[in-house]
Amino acid sequence: MSDLPPPYTALTRHPMLARTKHDEAARFNFLTHFNRYLSGVLGPGNRLAYDTRVLPDFQARHGRDPEHRYEIRDAMNEDQFHRMWSALKRNSMEMRQHNGRQTVLRQIDELDALARQFNEHSGMLELDPAIRQPDYQTAVDIHCQPGGYHGEERPGDVSAGANYDVGIFATTGGALGGLNDGGGQAVVSWARKARPDWHPKRILDIGCTVGHNAVPIALAYPDADVIAIDTAGASLRYGAARAAGMGARNIKFVQANGEDLSRYPDNHFDWVQTTMFLHELSAQAMPRLLAECHRVLKPGGLILHIEQPQYSAAMPLFEQFMRDWDAFNNNEPFWSAMHGQDLKDVMARAGFAKDSQFVVGVRAVVDRSIFPAAETEAQEDYGRAAVWNAYGAWKAAAQEMAA
Amino acid sequence: MTARDAESVDWIARAGTKAKGRRPDYFEDPAIDRLLSLAMALAAEVSVLRERLDTVERLLEAKGGFNRNDIESYVPDAAAGEERGEATRAFITRVMRGFQQEVEAMANPDPPIMDWVEKLSKE
Repeated sequence: MSDLPPPYTALTRHPMLARTKHDEAARFNFLTHFNRYLSGVLGPGNRLAYDTRVLPDFQARHGRDPEHRYEIRDAMNEDQFHRMWSALKRNSMEMRQHNGRQTVLRQIDELDALARQFNEHSGMLELDPAIRQPDYQTAVDIHCQPGGYHGEERPGDVSAGANYDVGIFATTGGALGGLNDGGGQAVVSWARKARPDWHPKRILDIGCTVGHNAVPIALAYPDADVIAIDTAGASLRYGAARAAGMGARNIKFVQANGEDLSRYPDNHFDWVQTTMFLHELSAQAMPRLLAECHRVLKPGGLILHIEQPQYSAAMPLFEQFMRDWDAFNNNEPFWSAMHGQDLKDVMARAGFAKDSQFVVGVRAVVDRSIFPAAETEAQEDYGRAAVWNAYGAWKAAAQEMAA
Repeated sequence: MTARDAESVDWIARAGTKAKGRRPDYFEDPAIDRLLSLAMALAAEVSVLRERLDTVERLLEAKGGFNRNDIESYVPDAAAGEERGEATRAFITRVMRGFQQEVEAMANPDPPIMDWVEKLSKE
């Protein structure tokens, strides 16, 4: 089959997905192709501009090579090609938000009513109005999504979650599959291979937003109780209704902050999962959250974080600079500092001994008959590709910890 | 559903809300930033029109249809006129987003994004 992205209408129409009219779907089709063009055809121009003029100019001015990705960033931000490329990419993000919000807000009455119906009957939603949004969630609207994950157009609505769900197809070029759950499917596929006979009973997903990646875990482990938490009630309202509409029963969406899991006892969960979430915290929040993960995880249990690769000394500075784009241009202000840390050290300080840790590469698992493979390495849309690193650990059993 | 039913949310006006966080200036002259937003939105709409025309052509081919004179003499009734007016209003907000969000940014200024990058790397 061709490697073109499928049309927007190939998405699975679960009951909560906002209905798109002909032209709304066509706008997402344009953005999907435009994003692929920006990364695949124009993206290499950044490297060419750097090699042929930005780097030589830097060397002439400073008598040395750049020593930090920020030095490359400052120099590239003077380059006319990179500026235009960035401006195009920023506009594409903004247009995705605009089209998603037009689509969702024109039918917000129906979506709110449907969500209320699902949530009243399913018992899968537990909101806590005492939970306040952390500063790192409100400083800027992450992903340039107006209102962020927590915003409301009117009290109790589902606009934030519905907009997130309806447009992520365009942002990722269709690489996450029919339910945008290629990340969660990848986690399930890895876990089944790594531990074929494992039957986790209690699973915690932290920073779940609308549950794209938690629902496939719940469906794959029907005997487990899955708790999916987030601080953003607006996303949870949509997520719980979406999951109920998809037939999931063993998952509960709970408004809670991962930095304070005191509602759960020590050694409570068999599996604690985060997917593309740690980079949306802050320097002080991340270690607090990981320490809580360690506390609530049973000895012998699994912790797994799906993220884009960390910047290491082995990663060229130019690649670090390209991967940093979202920090400065797509409202992801902790992205840069988070990826600059050695996550293995951070996890070790939270209690996960280094010899219990592992890192594996995972790719989105999607229906290849409809959705083409994620980009090849050469065409990679830095920071967006559906190719991740899983940073994990099996928490040491009690006797090993005592030893 | 028409906009009239959703009285509490003006979906066209609200859809274009600016995201919190200062927008980078990509060009020395802000006019270029605005014009690029406008040109991109128009490019998207041309692509959408082509896709819509393709739909019309395929349906006509499959089901038969009308002639050009039917198009020239078409007069929308009140309901169709309302739907088309709403579509035009939504279209204008899409191509003019860059300008409208600049006004929002002037009303609610954000610090440069680097301020947040530095703050969240420490706090």
